[in-house]
Amino acid sequence: MTHTQSDPSARFLSEGAPGARGVIVRVHPHDDARGALTVEELERRLLELGFVEGAQVEVLHEGLFGRDPMAVKLDDMRVALRRREARAVEVKYDEAGA
Amino acid sequence: MTEAVLSPTRMALVGNPNTGKTALFNALTGSRQKVANYAGVTVERKEGTLTAPSGRTINVLDLPGTYSLRARSPDEAVTRDAVLGRLAGETPPDVIVCVADATNLRLVLRLALELKQVGRPFVLALNMYDIAQRQGLRIDVEGLSKAIGAPIVATVATRKRGVDDLVAQAEALALSTPPGENTWREPDAEEIRAAHAQSQRIMKAFVRPPERPDTVTAKVDALLLHPVAGLVILSTIMFVIFQAVFSWATPLADGIDAGFALLGELVGQVVTHDLLRSLLVDGLIAGVGSVLVFLPQIIIVFFFILLLEDSGYMARAAFLLDRLMGVAGLHGRAFIPLLSSHACAIPGIMSARVIDQKHDRLTTILIAPLMTCSARLPVYTLIISALIPSRTVAGFVNLQGLVMFGLYATGLVSGLIVAFVIRRVFWRSASEPFMMEMPTYKAPEARNVLLNLWQRVAIFMSRAGRIIMPLMVLVWALATFPYPPEGATGPAIDYSLAGMMGHAIEPLLRPIGFNWEMSIALIPGMAAREVAVATLGTIYSVGDVDGAGGAVLQQIVASQWSLASGLAFLAWYVFAPQCVATLGVVKRETNGWLWPGVMFVYMFALAYGAAFVVYRTAVALGWG
Ligand SMILES: Nc1nc2c(ncn2[C@@H]2O[C@H](COP(=O)(O)OP(=O)(O)O)[C@@H](O)[C@H]2O)c(=O)[nH]1
Repeated sequence: MTHTQSDPSARFLSEGAPGARGVIVRVHPHDDARGALTVEELERRLLELGFVEGAQVEVLHEGLFGRDPMAVKLDDMRVALRRREARAVEVKYDEAGA
Repeated sequence: MTEAVLSPTRMALVGNPNTGKTALFNALTGSRQKVANYAGVTVERKEGTLTAPSGRTINVLDLPGTYSLRARSPDEAVTRDAVLGRLAGETPPDVIVCVADATNLRLVLRLALELKQVGRPFVLALNMYDIAQRQGLRIDVEGLSKAIGAPIVATVATRKRGVDDLVAQAEALALSTPPGENTWREPDAEEIRAAHAQSQRIMKAFVRPPERPDTVTAKVDALLLHPVAGLVILSTIMFVIFQAVFSWATPLADGIDAGFALLGELVGQVVTHDLLRSLLVDGLIAGVGSVLVFLPQIIIVFFFILLLEDSGYMARAAFLLDRLMGVAGLHGRAFIPLLSSHACAIPGIMSARVIDQKHDRLTTILIAPLMTCSARLPVYTLIISALIPSRTVAGFVNLQGLVMFGLYATGLVSGLIVAFVIRRVFWRSASEPFMMEMPTYKAPEARNVLLNLWQRVAIFMSRAGRIIMPLMVLVWALATFPYPPEGATGPAIDYSLAGMMGHAIEPLLRPIGFNWEMSIALIPGMAAREVAVATLGTIYSVGDVDGAGGAVLQQIVASQWSLASGLAFLAWYVFAPQCVATLGVVKRETNGWLWPGVMFVYMFALAYGAAFVVYRTAVALGWG
């Protein structure tokens, strides 16, 4: 069973292609995203790096292989992360950028 | 004089990564720095001193960069414990300096709010203020200072601007404010969210967004992070580093080599006692010299690494390589240690500290010695030039060059395979996340780079020296004692402990095609791989292998070794743990004998297996 978003209009950050922008609506790790960490730990790490509800995100770049990892602009900074962890971040993408 | 004037003030630097903390530390303390390890953990402890205008001595502790006091790695645990005054054997700091990148305040404000709970007096250094001004970023420093409850000083660490003011404020605060109550505890997710909201409010109230935000980084990234062009550029950069390591370093290395030879000769003339002379000349001077010849290469590698780090490119390289390295179960950052290991595994293993995750770091350390370090080159060169014909194959490739390339590729590829297997055998758990900030690009500052370079080289020398020196003496003793009996004809080493060990292991090595000369050469060759060449020179009594003896040795090998034996020797050298210094460094970096033990066993097994297969195949092909 895969995890689904709480808000039907929101999508996972991991689904974003370069150019997509939006606002983070929920940071909510689950078993698909956590890897070796517990969900609580992943949630705190994401928050500490600035992935927090209300923050602006824009997908900037992606890797050649499997489009992984991805580079995103997060408010004023740039962050690299793998798509797996990006599945823990739900984003409401702008109409134009989606 | 009162006691207060005499006792030094302890100051600790805390901050997010990439905020210029190292640059500020350098600006504060210049060359008065000391690097050691914290007791019991392999985390670097950097401390320096400065004398304030008041005459007071201030000890500055540079703590590992972090986003939160809630530690996730050993480095961050040190930061937390130092700040909280819990670190064994350390006195808590009198004042904390929180270093902030003025152009990227949101995250550091949250850290500052955490620091506030700790109750120790702290000052916020608003660093990179020059960039903030250039961008037209407006910060209401007074308001911000009230909001976080700490004095703020604008600094430009690379130009030493604001540094005196920072020292004065920190000193005044340390004297005037006794530490308050510590109410900090690990925040949960909701508390982190609340702190973010608070820092967001503070940002809104006191920081106006830049009028001319940085656009360079976005443009440069469009090229450097391009899925294809980015990888091409990265390969080019790595190629240039490689080229530099091998071509620029040669004259310097030759100079060092000659210097040590000269030193040995001079000492040999002065010291008349035979045994003492042999210890000094053949043991210490030759031994240390054989390691120091790699210093130019190591300096060049460190230099490039610093450039890549300071410019902000290192995070991009990790981004580009993460997926590729991930196939082998390695972290994107592992490429730095692996690249350095092509000069020498020791700095490579030491630089694995850039990887926070314990298992990722251990995997990297374990495979680092499989990269073709330059100590293997003299061995490869001897065997290849003696046994591989120099002819052109496939129209344009020189066969000797091809074999050399094959040896490099074998080392790299088997390293990746071993990493893959290690992840399966030891740590089947899913990998740790890869998440990191990619800093804005900056032109590296020459002064800063040179100071950091000097520091890293000094660390390398003192650490490696402490491990290498005693080992050199040990290996020398093995090759010297006992003396040959009166009237003995063979080379003296044949009668020594090393010779006995060589003879003892010879039956073991016969199945892989090694003769007794090769077996004996492996024993002193444990000191450093290239020592095997000098030992072969001694055994065949050809004289100085760096001079005329080299060609003679080559002829002897060409006429007395079979091609199959030579190839087996090469295969052995690709894998064998023929370097006690590396094992010593691994012990140090992993705090115990377990991992050097694992490394020794697996590399030895690989070496034996590879040499066996190569020898048998070659014999079957009629090259025996
Ligand atoms: N323009 C400018 N550059 C700075 C300043 N402080 C540091 N840098 C540069 O920022 C980069 C990162 O600095 P570093 O000290 O390595 O950051 P750390 O990761 O926090 O230790 C280097 O290229 C420094 O030269 C500053 O105040 N102004």
